[in-house]
Amino acid sequence: MRKSYKIEVDCANCANKMENAANNTEGVKKAVVNFMALKMNVEFEEGANPKTVMPVVLKNCRKIESDCEIFGI
Amino acid sequence: MSKKQKKVLFRIIISFAALVVCGIVSYIFDGMPSWGQLLMYLVPYLIIGYDILKKAGKGILNRQVFDENFLMAVATIGAVALGEYREGAAVMLFYQIGELFQSIAVGRSRRNIAALMDIRPDCAYIERDGEIAEVDPDEVEVGSEIVVRPGERIPIDGIIYDGKTTLNTAALTGESLPADAKAGDEVHSGSINLTGLIRIKTTKEFGESTASKILELVENSSSKKSKSENFISRFARYYTPAVCGGALALALAGPLVRIMLGMSPAWGSWVMRALTFLVISCPCALVISIPLSFFAGIGGASGKGVLIKGSNYLETMSKTKYVVFDKTGTITQGVFEVTAVHHNARERETLLEYAALAESGSNHPIAKSIIKACKTAPDKARVTELEELAGRGVKAVIDGKTVAVGNDKLMRELGVEYRKCHKSGTIVHISVDGMYEGHIVISDVIKPTSRQAISELKAAGVKRAVMLTGDSVAAAEPIAAEAGMDEVYANLMPADKVEKLEWLIDRKNDGETVAFVGDGINDAPVLSRADVGIAMGALGSDAAIEAADVVLMDDNPLKLALAIRISRKCMRIVYQNIVFAIGVKLICLALGAMGIANMWLAIFADVGVMVLAVLNAIRTLHIK
Repeated sequence: MRKSYKIEVDCANCANKMENAANNTEGVKKAVVNFMALKMNVEFEEGANPKTVMPVVLKNCRKIESDCEIFGI
Repeated sequence: MSKKQKKVLFRIIISFAALVVCGIVSYIFDGMPSWGQLLMYLVPYLIIGYDILKKAGKGILNRQVFDENFLMAVATIGAVALGEYREGAAVMLFYQIGELFQSIAVGRSRRNIAALMDIRPDCAYIERDGEIAEVDPDEVEVGSEIVVRPGERIPIDGIIYDGKTTLNTAALTGESLPADAKAGDEVHSGSINLTGLIRIKTTKEFGESTASKILELVENSSSKKSKSENFISRFARYYTPAVCGGALALALAGPLVRIMLGMSPAWGSWVMRALTFLVISCPCALVISIPLSFFAGIGGASGKGVLIKGSNYLETMSKTKYVVFDKTGTITQGVFEVTAVHHNARERETLLEYAALAESGSNHPIAKSIIKACKTAPDKARVTELEELAGRGVKAVIDGKTVAVGNDKLMRELGVEYRKCHKSGTIVHISVDGMYEGHIVISDVIKPTSRQAISELKAAGVKRAVMLTGDSVAAAEPIAAEAGMDEVYANLMPADKVEKLEWLIDRKNDGETVAFVGDGINDAPVLSRADVGIAMGALGSDAAIEAADVVLMDDNPLKLALAIRISRKCMRIVYQNIVFAIGVKLICLALGAMGIANMWLAIFADVGVMVLAVLNAIRTLHIK
């Protein structure tokens, strides 16, 4: 399953770091952060529930960039 | 400016004022004790830097040592600890100014590009009890009737059932010539209604309509990252730790070498140089300009009717050395037209008129093209005893004369001696009262801009233009010659086209790519096999948009040359930015190590590089 989320992040390198953090989250098969469009496209693992995975993604992202935001979780 | 940016600006001003006051105070009270100065300079330092320090603290808790905030915190606290209070506060201030600059510049260019792509209206209008009411286009069901007044954008794809107007489809195709539309015509969302009120029966949902599709495609395009983007993000991942390591080495090695040489170690000076390294190690200015350049390239292209579905395709397209064309619908118009009339005794117009009258009852494409070529509309009253002869042609009595219009077979049947034609295409012979009067040649015609497109491609650096077609050699070669193709391969079945393309891909050198251009309808396998698959004339064809990597909304081959020029320019800017940003960083590191560049200069260089890179990236938007 794929889903697209609107995000907020201030700098381009932080966006790259968010992408890494999201990719290292369990349940995420592949995440791509688009800094210019401020979007995160997430492809979930088979059987993973976005409703439970995404809060963990946000938590992991906050660890590397404390004032980032993912909307519509 | 956003609220967040305004707040930072306010803090910058306050902190700057405080810093100036501190400077004056310490000038007046020259013999101020060190702790007094420290307390005084802590005011501007904390005003401007408290959030950085807070984030740095969080970073330590989360073991993010190479976080920019952490690096800035270490660098400035280090400066303060060495007694350089003013330096510490000022560097923090300039860092924040730089961040603000960056955020404004990026926000502005993001908005500019987004505005370019904003072709989708936010509301639709429907008629209720004789009044026009605004509704959310998401809630308009398929088959609803909507009203579009002059000056408005069509929100949803559909068919006009009432009214006529002219439409500007520039946002979709990049072509500014307005097109007429009347009842029964299909219209696409994103077009602007220019002259008259029209009523449309919708055929799609809002989210599935052309404008929404295009927008989605372009927004998602930079998610398919190019090699350059991956390179720079990987580079940033190693750059920061490497420079931090360099800082540590500098702080230790400098004094040690001095001690060995019997000089005083000068710890302070070397630690300062190391702290300068930490400031230079922030990678953001490096990272920002690359995705921005791609975004500007893709956004600028979409404003000209060229949709590029990923940064990676933009990169691949810029290396195109071979362009392979499908013939029908790409180089030619894909419609049949009368291209020659070879007449005997009778006038050309008379001959065409006879043929048109005889064919007036037929719906066959050949018949239609003859009727279209005839200047006068056929008057069916003049035609009697019309007889269709399947597979051969038609026979009719016109103005009392027996007219036969058809192929070689028909002429032989009637015992009429006909002449063969040297031209390629479909030949239609005409005889009147058993006498041969000549023939009409009907063929697919080349697009008026095909030749120019090929020469522009060559000018843009394409080595060879190749044409593939399922048609006969006789039909293909004249077209290929007229368009200026280097190679042509005819009589190809769809599977043969894939094979031919693979053969071409094998033949090219490394670092060169092969693009295939087709109409995207019957050539999906070839499109996907090519390094870059380009579909042409895709407006309204979801299949074509789906199959291709790059989509030209209208069917003008000149757009192809434009697309390649945009990709080349974009990549040039990307490389310039990479070299420039890395180059300036390296120079700063060298100067910093020698003690020539201090922290201030490092910050200035960083902000300067970033601003110039952003401005450079924005150039991609403007290309003719």
